[in-house]
Amino acid sequence: MAPLIELNHVRHAYATASGPVPVLDGLDLSVNEGGFCAVVGPSGCGKSTLTRLIAGLLIPDAGEVFLHGDRVRGPRSTVGMAFQNPVLLEWRTILQNVLLPLEIVPGALKGAAAIDRARSLLSLVGLEGFEDKRPSELSGGMRQRASLCRALVHQPEVLILDEPFGALDAFTREDLWQTMHEVKEKEPFTGILITHDLRESLFLGDQVVVLSGRPAHTQFVLDNTRSHRPTLDDLYTPEAAERLAILRHQIEIAQGRIPQEATT
Amino acid sequence: MSPTLRKILVPTIAVIIFLILWEALVWAMGWPNYKMASPSDLMPAYSRYWELFLVMGWQTLWRTILGLLLAIAVGIALGMVMGFSRTMRDALYPLLVGFNAIPKATVVPIVALMFVGAHDFNTVLIAFMISFFPIAVSVSIGLSTLEPEYRDILRALGASQTTIFWKIALPKTLPEFFGALKVSVTLAFIGTNLMEIVSPHGRGLGALFDSGKTNSDYPLMFAVLIALAVLGIFLYYIVVALERVFAGWAERQAA
Ligand SMILES: Nc1ncnc2c1ncn2[C@@H]1O[C@H](COP(=O)(O)OP(=O)(O)OP(=O)(O)O)[C@@H](O)[C@H]1O
Ligand SMILES: [Mg+2]
Repeated sequence: MAPLIELNHVRHAYATASGPVPVLDGLDLSVNEGGFCAVVGPSGCGKSTLTRLIAGLLIPDAGEVFLHGDRVRGPRSTVGMAFQNPVLLEWRTILQNVLLPLEIVPGALKGAAAIDRARSLLSLVGLEGFEDKRPSELSGGMRQRASLCRALVHQPEVLILDEPFGALDAFTREDLWQTMHEVKEKEPFTGILITHDLRESLFLGDQVVVLSGRPAHTQFVLDNTRSHRPTLDDLYTPEAAERLAILRHQIEIAQGRIPQEATT
Repeated sequence: MSPTLRKILVPTIAVIIFLILWEALVWAMGWPNYKMASPSDLMPAYSRYWELFLVMGWQTLWRTILGLLLAIAVGIALGMVMGFSRTMRDALYPLLVGFNAIPKATVVPIVALMFVGAHDFNTVLIAFMISFFPIAVSVSIGLSTLEPEYRDILRALGASQTTIFWKIALPKTLPEFFGALKVSVTLAFIGTNLMEIVSPHGRGLGALFDSGKTNSDYPLMFAVLIALAVLGIFLYYIVVALERVFAGWAERQAA
């Protein structure tokens, strides 16, 4: 089976006043349909750039990005995105915010069917009863839940999450991790999760990709497939501790604190 | 006391106290009315000239509103051009700042000479010129500071720039726009009166003020000032009401 998301030797540089800034160089990534790939890497290494390439908001200087075997040449409505900043529109209610993509995507649900879809998503993430509230009336965690619903409402094939839980406190974050698993069971999507939390990457990802420092290439891929849905306790097993140690070690290499040779 | 009653009662009482203090001050200082008219001098002026006040007040009002509407249209257009294009912003900004810095009192005679006889047009033009700047700046800043994520949530779905403008950029800029409009409405009003007073042509409250001056009718001059203040308050609160309707969400957010 061909992977749903595939990046081959992707290179990208930003043009700035002081010349091009290379951000990604030789990045490979492949996620199978229904998979959930967590991406970790040093700060500023190009993780957000990677999400923009997959979303078609940027086109790479070299290399290829494929979705479903089709070369990505621009934005496509089969993608849903959520960021660290929930970017909810303050002048709309929560329900109206979630409906936004359906107003854009051609051939999407309309009218009562659209509202039903949005409502069922909101209740799936535990926001039942908050449909008519304004974003400012919700807590940070609730806003992030609403943002997740908006990213999913048009049933995207690919869900791109760029540090969506980064600004939340530890308990809210763990709640949302579990919500993510619940959502994943009900909604068929293939996910990319950018995170700086190694525990999060192990809890949510069935594959964890470590990017090197800028310009980033794929430094390491950890297979984290599991036979059952993990619980929070699974994060504290010896096996999880071992995987965490591997990831931490890789991050230190990526940060340049340990020379690459020392590992081989 | 209900909140609405309170909202009306408190400012009304404040105005009454202000009038009493004013009257008392003039009385205590023994000022003649050519130095400082008192509120009790104003009533006769209004009752004698009430028809003139209505006609002139209306002229001032419609020319101010027309100038302001023009300022809104041009200000939004300029703001959009500067907000979406860095190059245009760099090119236009110094020009606009320079234009705005010119005291409009110096422009009045030039405009009056350029379009001799076109009184209404001249007045509207000055009202427009003095008031479009805050609108252009606020819209351009509102658009250019839109966080990229706001754009991306729609752009990732293949939305066009126009859709992004209507669905996100415009509504998000409305609070800034109304903030600027509150400044502009007062400025437009000043512009209209400037033209009416500096280059009087027998129309508007400014001309009435000027005729009070030539006839040494001091209570009339003060009565015009108060009438101007009332019109100014009226226009300002129209903008506030519009803001409630179109950008009320921003208030809730701050609360
Ligand atoms: N539009 C741009 N123009 C120029 N340089 C940019 C632009 N966007 C990002 N960069 C630079 O590219 C590099 C990678 O940015 P990116 O946002 O992809 O990193 P990141 O891994 O997501 O960072 P973080 O961990 O802080 O989220 C950074 O050094 C950043 O300064
Ligand atoms: Mg980032």
